[in-house]
Amino acid sequence: MSATYLSLFLKSVFTENMALAFFLGMCTFLAVSKKIQTAFGLGVAVVVVQTITVPVNNLVYQRLLREDALAWAGLQGVDLTFVGLISYIGVIAAMVQVLEMFLDRYVPALYSALGIFLPLITVNCAILGGSLFMVERDYSLGESVVYGFGSGLGWALAIVALAGVRDRLKYSDVPAGLRGLGITFITVGLMAMAFMSFSGIQL
Amino acid sequence: MAEKASEALLKPLARDNSIARQVLGICSALAVTSKLETTVTMCLAVIFVTAGANAAVSLVRRHLPSSIRLIVQMTIIASLVIVVDQVLRAYAFGISRQLSVFVGLIITNCIVLGRAEGYAMHHGVWLSFLDGVGNGLGYSAVLLTVGVVRELLGAGRLFGLRVLPLASDGGWYVPNGLLLLPPSAFFLIGLLIWALRTWRREQVEAEG
Repeated sequence: MSATYLSLFLKSVFTENMALAFFLGMCTFLAVSKKIQTAFGLGVAVVVVQTITVPVNNLVYQRLLREDALAWAGLQGVDLTFVGLISYIGVIAAMVQVLEMFLDRYVPALYSALGIFLPLITVNCAILGGSLFMVERDYSLGESVVYGFGSGLGWALAIVALAGVRDRLKYSDVPAGLRGLGITFITVGLMAMAFMSFSGIQL
Repeated sequence: MAEKASEALLKPLARDNSIARQVLGICSALAVTSKLETTVTMCLAVIFVTAGANAAVSLVRRHLPSSIRLIVQMTIIASLVIVVDQVLRAYAFGISRQLSVFVGLIITNCIVLGRAEGYAMHHGVWLSFLDGVGNGLGYSAVLLTVGVVRELLGAGRLFGLRVLPLASDGGWYVPNGLLLLPPSAFFLIGLLIWALRTWRREQVEAEG
């Protein structure tokens, strides 16, 4: 049992890396990876939000939206999966808001570190993507916790690594047209190739 | 008026192409480009959503309190995406399976919200609609370029039809398998940006 969790965890961190294999969260991935410190802050915020929202959306899906999920309320045969998208994005926006208020009240140090990144996360495709993959693959609650944490961690790892590479690139002589965005894409491509070599890992 | 309309439609295509210029919306774009069939479906879906969302937001723009405008915009966009998703499931189930979560991810595509907030909030319905179509087309242009290169050189096919005879079937073309894998999309976009910026010098980023 724990072996499946471990393999799911490794899969979500490395072989199925959100940013490098599925192109999720690209907007922020490219925009916020100029400095290692900010990249790290955003990475931590993504891990936290992902670990909370994927299981919560799992509950929403399993207990409310899925076919016959409302049987306990006497509504046999009701299938609400078509409002899934709007519910998940709503849950994510609400969770981010709650988390922001909670941090502001109880952990002000963390709030001032993560503060500016939290609103950005609502529109981060990696977060919505995590929930959608969870629904598509029909994870149980336990699996969704592992998957949420793993995929968030994989994304954080990728953005911190990219920020490190970009930091070094500052001193290299890049052709004018490639400067900035272009060379970043090529770098990400090389990183994605490196991450593909993890795909042989089997547990 | 006609001039303005054509500008709203055409400007996002080349001069101000949203993906190449503003780095918006590439999130969901690249994962579906390994085959043209899925790429074209995705493009049509995005054009429909940007145009529809722009028109709808522009219609209600005078009645929207600014404090809740983002929520309203998100709801409009999410509803349009749900329509697209349901239509695909009903009439093109195979493609909908292949696109998997990426149709749903149009919701978080920055182009859609960016245009709704940046353009549709200040312009009329018709112009906003055209701007939406134009931005959708600009996005499609980039996606289709990547899709054509990946499928043609990666598998020797276009739309699943054999174009280049493969060496394994007695032809002369040895396919480059790398192009079917995710990293190639990054390389292609990088090269595309390079080409575009060599052609239009003013887009080159400053040093540092």
